[in-house]
Amino acid sequence: MSEQIKVPTMAELLAEGKVPEVLFWVGCAGSFDDRAKKITKAFVRIMNKAGIEFAVLGTEESCTGDPAKRAGNEFLFQMQAAMNIQVLNGYEIKKIVTTCPHCFNTIKNEYPELGGNYEVLHHTELINSLLEEGRITVESGKFEGRSVTYHDACYLGRSNGIYEVPRSLLKALDIEIKEMTNNRQRGMCCGAGGAQMFKEAEKGNEEVNVARTREALAQKTDFIATGCPFCNTMMTDGVKFHEKEGTVKVLDLAEMIAQAAELE
Amino acid sequence: MISSIIFILILAAAVGLFYRSARTIRRNIFLGREYDSETSTSEKWKTMLRVAFGQSKMGKKPVAALMHLFVYVGFILINIEVLEIIIDGIFGTHRFFSSLLGQVYFVAINFFEILAVLVIVGVVIFWIRRVALRVPRFWKPEMKGWPTMDALNILYIEVILMGALLVMNAADQSLMNMNSEDLVAAGLSKYDIGMNGTFYVSALISKFLGSDPQLLFYIERTAWWFHIIGILAFLNYLPFSKHFHIILAFPNTYYADLKPFGEWDNMASVKKEVDLMMDPDADPYASGAEEEEEETQTFGAKDVTDLNWKQLMDAYTCTECGRCTAVCPANQTGKLLSPRKVMMDTRDRLDEVGKNLDRTGTIEDGKALIRDYIRPEELWACTTCNACVEECPVMINPVSIITDLRRYLVMEESAPPQELNSVFTNIENNGAPWQFAQADRLNWSKE
Repeated sequence: MSEQIKVPTMAELLAEGKVPEVLFWVGCAGSFDDRAKKITKAFVRIMNKAGIEFAVLGTEESCTGDPAKRAGNEFLFQMQAAMNIQVLNGYEIKKIVTTCPHCFNTIKNEYPELGGNYEVLHHTELINSLLEEGRITVESGKFEGRSVTYHDACYLGRSNGIYEVPRSLLKALDIEIKEMTNNRQRGMCCGAGGAQMFKEAEKGNEEVNVARTREALAQKTDFIATGCPFCNTMMTDGVKFHEKEGTVKVLDLAEMIAQAAELE
Repeated sequence: MISSIIFILILAAAVGLFYRSARTIRRNIFLGREYDSETSTSEKWKTMLRVAFGQSKMGKKPVAALMHLFVYVGFILINIEVLEIIIDGIFGTHRFFSSLLGQVYFVAINFFEILAVLVIVGVVIFWIRRVALRVPRFWKPEMKGWPTMDALNILYIEVILMGALLVMNAADQSLMNMNSEDLVAAGLSKYDIGMNGTFYVSALISKFLGSDPQLLFYIERTAWWFHIIGILAFLNYLPFSKHFHIILAFPNTYYADLKPFGEWDNMASVKKEVDLMMDPDADPYASGAEEEEEETQTFGAKDVTDLNWKQLMDAYTCTECGRCTAVCPANQTGKLLSPRKVMMDTRDRLDEVGKNLDRTGTIEDGKALIRDYIRPEELWACTTCNACVEECPVMINPVSIITDLRRYLVMEESAPPQELNSVFTNIENNGAPWQFAQADRLNWSKE
């Protein structure tokens, strides 16, 4: 499978004198986390299939600084931001797409004031426009008779008001969508935000992801769809906690689209 | 004449006292750092009209929203009748507006009476939700003691005030509808306003008050004084109560930050230092003349005076409804964090700082918002999911305070949880929160 994907770097394109349509900001999870890497690849296959000229920074990419900022380390955040902006501006990047809502939020909202002005897209937004433009097509029967519930990522939903685009991807899949009681503006966090992903939870009765997964499992769907690598990990762990990994699969929206487009 | 003087003295004392309390709160709020929402004036007005005046964020809880609407509309419109009471009190007139409005006056008073009943209905249902049904958000740990007593005081006062209004109207309409001769004979010609009519709601009470003009007079006067003194007393209770939201909800929404919740401020004080570090031409030992003039600012917030004034106004605006805490994922899973408590702590500490200032001329008392009020464990439980910010009907932002307190713990005390220190080190050294080498960042494409 891996030989099918084409992942040019900015440095390579520059050497060839080419300018990509869009820079794919892979993010730390997308680069290093085994589960998230699958999402990264699914998204790359979609872009390859649609014939999008994209590039990645590769080893020149670095953490956006999001976890540092949310944890209160503004120094480290601004250092990371300054370095990244230097690299991005050096390549004269105009448009960025990312599979991580945290990278998305930080680059879109917090980089401009620090000198980084780009059009920033979440991958679901890009995929949605590819579907609308007919640059990729999905096979309608792939998920027929199956059901899904979508878990809103906080940094996509509440933080940036993107609720309907991810859902429109699901609509394209011809799958039954069941909403959790707490959805959209009232969607419950998976527990990973604010740098919680990287630390033990404070003392309490239970883990946030266990509580949120319970809400998702109550919909008795075949799939839980996410649009964030951290939500994905949290929900996957939650499903395991509830011992439902045999019946419910946690998938990123890009993975579902890639499956329906016969790219996996 | 004498009653006019007494009335004017009471009114002046009440307004003066309220002004003093309100000025103290204003002073306390402006102990905070600078704040600028970068919102246009028209956008500010629109937000205030929509969210505060139009109550647009209340609707998520329909029962509470409807009851709150009754009390809110009642509060605003019945104030027109209070205005009349004040005019009557000052000039010794009786039902001053009736001479201006004619029969329309009766329609208006009947409308106000219906509102008064709706206020009582709303308050009773609020009481049932709080005390009988014990809606969980009203019984969280931070509500123990004064906050719960405060909430119940407000409900009782409102029922009593509306009751006094209706009793006053009940006795008054019996008098107004008597023959002019009878009123003159009883020495109550003032009540002969030259009109007959019925206030239908309070008429139900009139039946129980009899028809003795003197008794009716005493009942009417007692209720009148009780009502207006009660209102003035309530006005002076507001600055010491969560109920102050009826005033601050308006400026608080006006000045609200309308940026996306995910867009946090890039601390200017940090930017200056980072720019210096990134600039190869910068002289690290140079101390610019203009820099010396600036006071050295703490990074983040240790105490309330390190927060900005909007964050402090948020704290005084909070009416402790607890919607934020009810949707907080940390609180729902039993963690110590409660966004409402963060707001209450900020307000209580600010009150204390204000009192220190009045007493000793300095805010120093060896205490701080961090640890003396809010424990680090509370701060580190926040996922920054912004559910609390989304939920607040008056646009309070607890996450921004939590963040500033975290910033202090991290940048001034270097005291984050141990795992986060490792995250910081990893990001610094490898450009990722985990211990992976930056050189391996593209390995996924070859796997």
